[in-house]
Amino acid sequence: MTDKDQNTTHAELIDELTTFTLAELCRACSVEGEYIEAMIEHGILEPLSERRPHYAFSAASLRRTRVTVSLQRDLGVNLPGAALALDLLERIAELDAQLERTKP
Amino acid sequence: MCIRSTEQGNSVDYRDYYKILGVERDATQDDIKRAYRKLARKYHPDVSKEADAEERFKEVGEAYEVLKDVEKRAAYDQLGEQWQQGQNFSPPPDWDAGFEFSGGGYTSADAGFHSDFFEELFGRAQGGRAYGAGARGQGGRRGEDHHAKVLIDLEDSINGASRPITLRVPELSPDGHVQLRERTLNVRIPKGIHPGQQLRLAGQGGPGLGTGESGDLFLEVEFRKHPLYRLEGTDVYLDLPVAPWEAALGASVKVPTISGAVNLKIPEDSGQGKKLRIKDRGLPGKTPGHMYVVLQIALPPADSDSARALYKQMEEQLAFNPRANMGVA
Repeated sequence: MTDKDQNTTHAELIDELTTFTLAELCRACSVEGEYIEAMIEHGILEPLSERRPHYAFSAASLRRTRVTVSLQRDLGVNLPGAALALDLLERIAELDAQLERTKP
Repeated sequence: MCIRSTEQGNSVDYRDYYKILGVERDATQDDIKRAYRKLARKYHPDVSKEADAEERFKEVGEAYEVLKDVEKRAAYDQLGEQWQQGQNFSPPPDWDAGFEFSGGGYTSADAGFHSDFFEELFGRAQGGRAYGAGARGQGGRRGEDHHAKVLIDLEDSINGASRPITLRVPELSPDGHVQLRERTLNVRIPKGIHPGQQLRLAGQGGPGLGTGESGDLFLEVEFRKHPLYRLEGTDVYLDLPVAPWEAALGASVKVPTISGAVNLKIPEDSGQGKKLRIKDRGLPGKTPGHMYVVLQIALPPADSDSARALYKQMEEQLAFNPRANMGVA
């Protein structure tokens, strides 16, 4: 909160250096630890530090976990399906960006 | 976030659930299920590119929730066919007599938000939850973390900015009904933020139970398309049109950067698409990004005798074959 603007909410930047512990990731995405373990098994998450349970997860894990949860809940996708969808979504995002670059 | 009025009163906009799912009124339950699954995939907010995907996804979910349930569907059908999507609607008195869900007994495990129309017909949810939050809590009393997106401009990242974002928060009223309250937060966008980064607003998520602290709000940052610049991480790209002689002979030209115009030296014999780097002129930060200028050679129009004469002269004097590598002599 700044002095100038009482109503401005302080936001903490989550950048490439920010990491999450297992507990933080669970809390942020409202899932159990076993769920995260299963996501690691399927290669959806790749912890930066693998000393379980002292994992360290990148900020990108937050998004991958959230999307996995919502695909499972909303579309009935299982974990291998979510893994495939996430990879394809990321590939599409890359191609979109590439297309954007070559467009006049 | 989506803004929707949540006025109180009995008059609401009619929703044509059949039209929303794109099925006929006499569709079988299987037809309805198939139509729903297809649309749910199409408009899922994590998959869809459509701008209004989240709204559409909720709309489709609500339509399915009513039509998949034979009891609710029968009650809905009883309202008649004369209504149009969006038409002002008040439920007739006792319209739901004899149906089991009456009296606000509706509960659903995975309901997000419902329209006023839905609420008017099927009662208020007894325990809604925000989009994106899981059902399984952590057993504690801390509130759930919520997730949302915020759309910003490139300038916001360059200069830092305050952006109001509006959230719709489900809240328990004193009589136990779930109401949506709109809440606006002024969020400070830190300088140098780039695509893919997120913001965490401590204590701005779901309220805790009892004395428990509130959860956090996570904001995913997305950038609006800029007319000049493209972003790649912290690097800024600019397509720069140059005249053929500027590219051929070299030149010093003025180019815009996000931190003011600079003079850029174009080396002689530069080809189409050549990428020139301007160090540290990307997004600001501890390790600032770079700016990349991509040369786009613009052809002068041959719209005068003298222009045509110059082209003719080039044709005669330059041994230039742009198709030399195509194997066609």
